[in-house]
Amino acid sequence: MSTTHEEHSHHEQSFITKYVFSQDHKMIAKQFLITGFLMGFIGMMMSVLFRLQLGWPGESFPILTFLLGENWAPDGVLTPDKYLALVTIHGTIMVFFLLTAGLSGTFSNLLIPLQLGARDMASGFLNMLSYWFFFLSSIIMLISLGVEGGPASAGWTIYPPLSALPQAIPGSGLGMTLWLVSMAIFIVSSLLGSLNYIVTILNLRTKGMKMTRMPLTIWAFLITAILGVLTFPVLLSAALLLIFDRSFETSFYLSDIVVAGTALDFNGGSPILFEHLFWFLGHPEVYIVLLPSLGLTSEIISVNARKPIFGYRAMIGSMLTIAFISIIVWGHHMFVTGMNPFLGAVFTFTTLLVAIPSAVKVFNYLTTLWKGNIRFTPAMLFAVGLISTFISGGLTGLILGDSALDINVHDTYFVVGHFHIVMGLSAVFGMYAGAYHWFPKLFGRMMNHNLGKAHFWLTITSVYGVFLPMHFIGLAGVPRRYYSNSAFPLFDSFIDLNEIVSAFAILAAFAQVLFFINFVYSALRGPKATQNPWDSNTLEWTTPVEHIHGNWPGEIPAVHRWPYDYSKPGAASDFIPQTVPLSEYEKDEGH
Amino acid sequence: MITFLIFLAILLAVTAIVQMLSIYDLTSVIKGRKAFEVTEKENKTQAFLWLIFVPSYFIFILWQYLVWGKYMLPESASVHGEKIDGLFATTWSIIIPVFIITHSLLAYFCFKYVYNKDRKASFFAHNNKLELAWTVIPSLTLATLILYGLKTWNSVMSPIPDEADKVTIELFARQFDWTARYAGEDEKLGRSHFRLIKGFNALGVDSSDANAHDDILVKGEFHLPVNKPVEFVFRSQDVIHSAYMPHFRAQMNCVPGMATLFNFIPRYTTAEMKQKTNNENFDYILLCNKICGAAHYNMQMKIIVESEEDYNKWLSSQKRFLASN
Repeated sequence: MSTTHEEHSHHEQSFITKYVFSQDHKMIAKQFLITGFLMGFIGMMMSVLFRLQLGWPGESFPILTFLLGENWAPDGVLTPDKYLALVTIHGTIMVFFLLTAGLSGTFSNLLIPLQLGARDMASGFLNMLSYWFFFLSSIIMLISLGVEGGPASAGWTIYPPLSALPQAIPGSGLGMTLWLVSMAIFIVSSLLGSLNYIVTILNLRTKGMKMTRMPLTIWAFLITAILGVLTFPVLLSAALLLIFDRSFETSFYLSDIVVAGTALDFNGGSPILFEHLFWFLGHPEVYIVLLPSLGLTSEIISVNARKPIFGYRAMIGSMLTIAFISIIVWGHHMFVTGMNPFLGAVFTFTTLLVAIPSAVKVFNYLTTLWKGNIRFTPAMLFAVGLISTFISGGLTGLILGDSALDINVHDTYFVVGHFHIVMGLSAVFGMYAGAYHWFPKLFGRMMNHNLGKAHFWLTITSVYGVFLPMHFIGLAGVPRRYYSNSAFPLFDSFIDLNEIVSAFAILAAFAQVLFFINFVYSALRGPKATQNPWDSNTLEWTTPVEHIHGNWPGEIPAVHRWPYDYSKPGAASDFIPQTVPLSEYEKDEGH
Repeated sequence: MITFLIFLAILLAVTAIVQMLSIYDLTSVIKGRKAFEVTEKENKTQAFLWLIFVPSYFIFILWQYLVWGKYMLPESASVHGEKIDGLFATTWSIIIPVFIITHSLLAYFCFKYVYNKDRKASFFAHNNKLELAWTVIPSLTLATLILYGLKTWNSVMSPIPDEADKVTIELFARQFDWTARYAGEDEKLGRSHFRLIKGFNALGVDSSDANAHDDILVKGEFHLPVNKPVEFVFRSQDVIHSAYMPHFRAQMNCVPGMATLFNFIPRYTTAEMKQKTNNENFDYILLCNKICGAAHYNMQMKIIVESEEDYNKWLSSQKRFLASN
């Protein structure tokens, strides 16, 4: 093994092969992180802009015209179709570009080789392609903002016929074509990445790294990647059929349509077919977004509570169960589409089952904190924050997953509140936790703690301020994706609450600026990191602070124990790295 | 000018934070403080903040409930809605205690087990009994919820018995309005086809079908008789819409190319509901709840529930389909 490494370190790299078309997993992780955060920043700003309209409908905000132009916001007021465009692209960017590619791309790439003891990913070249396809799809998505008619505006779920007919909404013209092309390329990127993660995890573990000695992060990445490989192709096929309907006049999703006074020739298709195909990915996607964050926080909570994660095997089991069930629950997005009530009953049953492994995870997190010795680094704050959001958002899932209850809250603000908390916030908190925790590994420098703490408390306060009131608004029957609630006297009671939500949204955006400054400053000028700043057991902290190609200067260390030997009785220090052999009287706790 | 000032202010704020960061880093070096270290005092502060945060979070929710809770939907105006509301109440009675208990534990553990260099964490890696307990208890709870949920769902979705006396109404959606079509005396909706949609015949009703002759088309508002089953047929001519009648706990998508069904029995007339909600301006509404285009936010229809007598009077004053030609 050491010979391979010397070959690696001796060959000179140009700027282009080192920083641009890099095949090194650590550089690719940084590329994913930075691209993902930039896209996330754009997505977040969009939400602030449309919250201005929702909080103060019809009021003039010159900043809207300044940022979006006369076409989108004449006289400082967003037009209704561009409001829908912002909502659509906000959702698309957050779900796919920030929380799928940004999250998995960053941490799977960084941690899989480092925590398993591999020199790099199984295929560096595919890995590089994965990033550049992602980059290309991001660029196309951003370009679509500027085309005639505006970007896709049919909601991030792009249900046809709305997404198929430019006569129905201007965004369904060129903007929608670009959306579909961008997503097709995105899916290619995601599949290349996922295949690479799976192969690397199964084949490139160092000596002694049994599956049952892998950190929970790696388990989460493995399950996420498998879920992605199983379901993303279905979205690709859905998108391809939609492209056919739009451009080649097939009728997969369309039938009996009269629009703008003209009867169209589509015959025999069904929009419901699209919904089935879309949600076959769409629901597992929730877990593709969430599982990596759960993995990252499992690790961070254990390290910072100085205590083994409680129920290691139960944690793996619950992730596997969640992933499996998530493939057979998609129909709960379609309870009111007119599908056979018997199917509705089946999907209610499978959906509510997800609560069982989720409950196990929450209780295991809580037990890990119990009698721990907790250090509140910024990463730990976000990890504990994730437990809170996962509980707060997960519990309302019991309402939405129950078909009879869903009838009255379906597509209301209750749903918006629910999924933003359980999947949006939890995934974002996990991602921030990961960024703070592994920053020393990514950039060799430390982030500022105080700014990190301010960032956390401002964020958790303001995002709950944004999403909790939405539950109340939704329970009053206010639908989502309304440009304004002023058309219904019924909703006037919520004018002030909507202002509060918008004010918190603006505050939340400012809080993210703190992170942004901390991130850029620390990457360039932060204090130098030490090799193992958090006294952690896992292998990534045995590599040198300065990145080298091949990760370890000498041989790859062998692994002798599971990663969670924190505060083990009888040991001198409160952590025992995985590389330390088991003493005669010790047993390996992993199994 | 204002834009420039705002830009300047942001620039200054960023510079200030960056400068503070540098000063902090320099003083840390002088004090010999490690960048990754979280001091005992800082840890205690954070633990204390958690202890404050969680109760504040509860209070925040309670405050919203007290101020805006009264604007939640009133008592269900349909018979099946009562069952849905019962299931809702049961579900909340599970959610709220679990929410409070888990969050309280979270805050307490964060506060109680904050770092202390003289203490060692307990090496507690697993415990089969505990893990079994919190697999079995949620499973039993959910089994109850699932059974209760399915029972409610089946009763809500069950069709009106054939022999029952009912009203049949088609709700027809297009960008961006609703039309209601009553079946008329024969209680049968006439055939319709999307190719016949033209000008005055906005629903594409087939005038060669005898059942269509007495159909009644209304816009703006539609009426329902109280305490009589109403069967709705939903259609759309262009994109997916969703007919949402929140007060009746009723919602169904309108999908082009197919007809969907939902039925309910209204319990209270509009006048009764005005009294119940203590609101003179109260009205039942039908609104679109599936993104359908630019004016999605204003696609509505008023619903009036009245005694069967008044309903019949209103209906007979409306034009028949053929007469309206």
